[in-house]
Amino acid sequence: MAQQSFSTQNKRRAGRAGASQTRSSQRRLQQFAIHLVLIGLGLLFSIPFLWLLSTSLKPPEQLFRLPPEWIPRPAQWNNYLRATTFIPFFRYFGNTLYIAVFNVVAVMISCSLAAYGFARIRWPGRDALFFVLIATLMIPSGVTLIPSFLIFRALGWVGSFNPLTWPALTGNAFYIFLLRQFFLTIPQELSAAAKIDGANEFQTFWRIILPLARPALAAVSLFTFLANWNDFIGPLIYLGNKEQYTLALGLYGFLGRVRTEWGMLMAASAIMIAPVMILFFFTQRTFIQGITTTGLK
Amino acid sequence: MAAFQELLRARSGRQVWRFTPAVRRDLRNGLLFVSPWLIGLLVFTVYPIVSSFYYSFTVYDIVSPAQFVGLTNYRDLLTHDPLFWITVRNTLFLVCVFIPASLLLALSLALLLNAKISGMAFYRTVFFLPSIVPDVVVAVLWAWMLNTQFGLANASLRRFGLPTIGWMTDPMWTKPSLILIALWTVGGAMVIFLAAVQDIPEHLYEAADLDGASTWRKLWHVTLPMLTPTIFFNLVLGIIGTFQAFTLSFVLTGGSGGPLSSALFYAMLLYRNAFSYFKMGYASAMAWLLFAVIFAITFLVFRTAQYWVYYEGESG
Repeated sequence: MAQQSFSTQNKRRAGRAGASQTRSSQRRLQQFAIHLVLIGLGLLFSIPFLWLLSTSLKPPEQLFRLPPEWIPRPAQWNNYLRATTFIPFFRYFGNTLYIAVFNVVAVMISCSLAAYGFARIRWPGRDALFFVLIATLMIPSGVTLIPSFLIFRALGWVGSFNPLTWPALTGNAFYIFLLRQFFLTIPQELSAAAKIDGANEFQTFWRIILPLARPALAAVSLFTFLANWNDFIGPLIYLGNKEQYTLALGLYGFLGRVRTEWGMLMAASAIMIAPVMILFFFTQRTFIQGITTTGLK
Repeated sequence: MAAFQELLRARSGRQVWRFTPAVRRDLRNGLLFVSPWLIGLLVFTVYPIVSSFYYSFTVYDIVSPAQFVGLTNYRDLLTHDPLFWITVRNTLFLVCVFIPASLLLALSLALLLNAKISGMAFYRTVFFLPSIVPDVVVAVLWAWMLNTQFGLANASLRRFGLPTIGWMTDPMWTKPSLILIALWTVGGAMVIFLAAVQDIPEHLYEAADLDGASTWRKLWHVTLPMLTPTIFFNLVLGIIGTFQAFTLSFVLTGGSGGPLSSALFYAMLLYRNAFSYFKMGYASAMAWLLFAVIFAITFLVFRTAQYWVYYEGESG
């Protein structure tokens, strides 16, 4: 015991002089180790992307060469052209865009209205309903799937875009929650001032709250767009006619027909990812903030 | 996460309302603003839940009217349908392996990405990007990566002199393969963890430093306890999502569920019964069993929360 405490004291004394030096070299070593780990893992995570790009440019005969080669020789840009003509790519692209944009607009309207009702007005029963809203976040979609399908079937909507678009007008619990959290942070005085100036509830919503909520609205529209761009189950269930396919469904059908045309498949995949990536790089901040608000606030 | 906190806490004392004209106006306005959602709740949530409960006791093929058959669907599922138990086993495997693995990976990556080193923005992007790739593209891309003969994965194994693996052709390997693929897209959970790590007040670490705590002890006694709400959040989302796993395996196996149905998951069998065989009553019974199981497990997880989830600023 005594020895130990002595030695620590000694170390402490000696440490005064060399402390900053050892600590910084130790930290540099630690940083170096973290760099190494991150580079290793990062490579593992990015190899699939690089392989996708490489494959998308390979001529057919190079696909099945062993061991595989990374550099496409000669680069076969034609794969991209063939991918877009083999399936009615631009039609699928247009269909997907239509569904995604419709959803963005509809979700923005319905969710911001509901969020305002939950965040900025006090009324009897509000908290109980809000509790219900949060509880619905935990209902698996599988349990509502079949009756929803039957409703749309009764409406004659199966085989059209309608089941994938109009329901968005009834909002989405996650986004209502996200917007409500944001609306709560806007000072109550602003609403009070607007009311004194004679604004009614809707005018307060439209002129005061919505303009201030732009960052949250941006996040919600971004998520909605991506969710619909990427959706597979919805189109799989509701779209029957090939003319109506979305990109996700088109790519799935493509895979089923040409299991060996990997160059073309990877080219089609690359084109489907491209808008998502571009969107991400231009809106990174909104993106990350939105995710963390859903998770944290 | 606050959403879950509100569910965790019993609602505080009920307010007594006096229906003055002002309150009545606010009630009307409030209901008007939430009415789009309220209609959706009734049409697309409440009605479906109730009616699928009813359908689960019927035989219904859409063409002819539903016929009440009592508990037949449930009995058939539990005793006569071998595929049912196969999908239950496969899905539970996924839940038990993927959820812990994804939490561990997301958390470890978040801790690494919180280090103060240069180039961090780049690293973060690299790990996050896979999570925004559409599921179908993920599946198509990995179908090629894991191709038994010409895929990159087996080519790499060969290079190191290791035996190759029938990733999606060997029934032993299909589920681990799918888990590996799903782990590639762990970025969303990772970002949530990262934000939570950055939210931990610095003074806690300073206090730990004064007490002479090692890096390891700081991780164990400061970082992890402060992250329990986030672990809880990702765990609950993971449970709800994983029990319904569908797209990856559906696309990779062309809907077949792979060799010996080894990658056939519960939601895939539900889909097959509903939309390939049009056994709507049978599929509704499956949906309700799934609902009950997810509900029970989520409920249990919520009940355990008080023992391990730490909420800062929570009073008594």
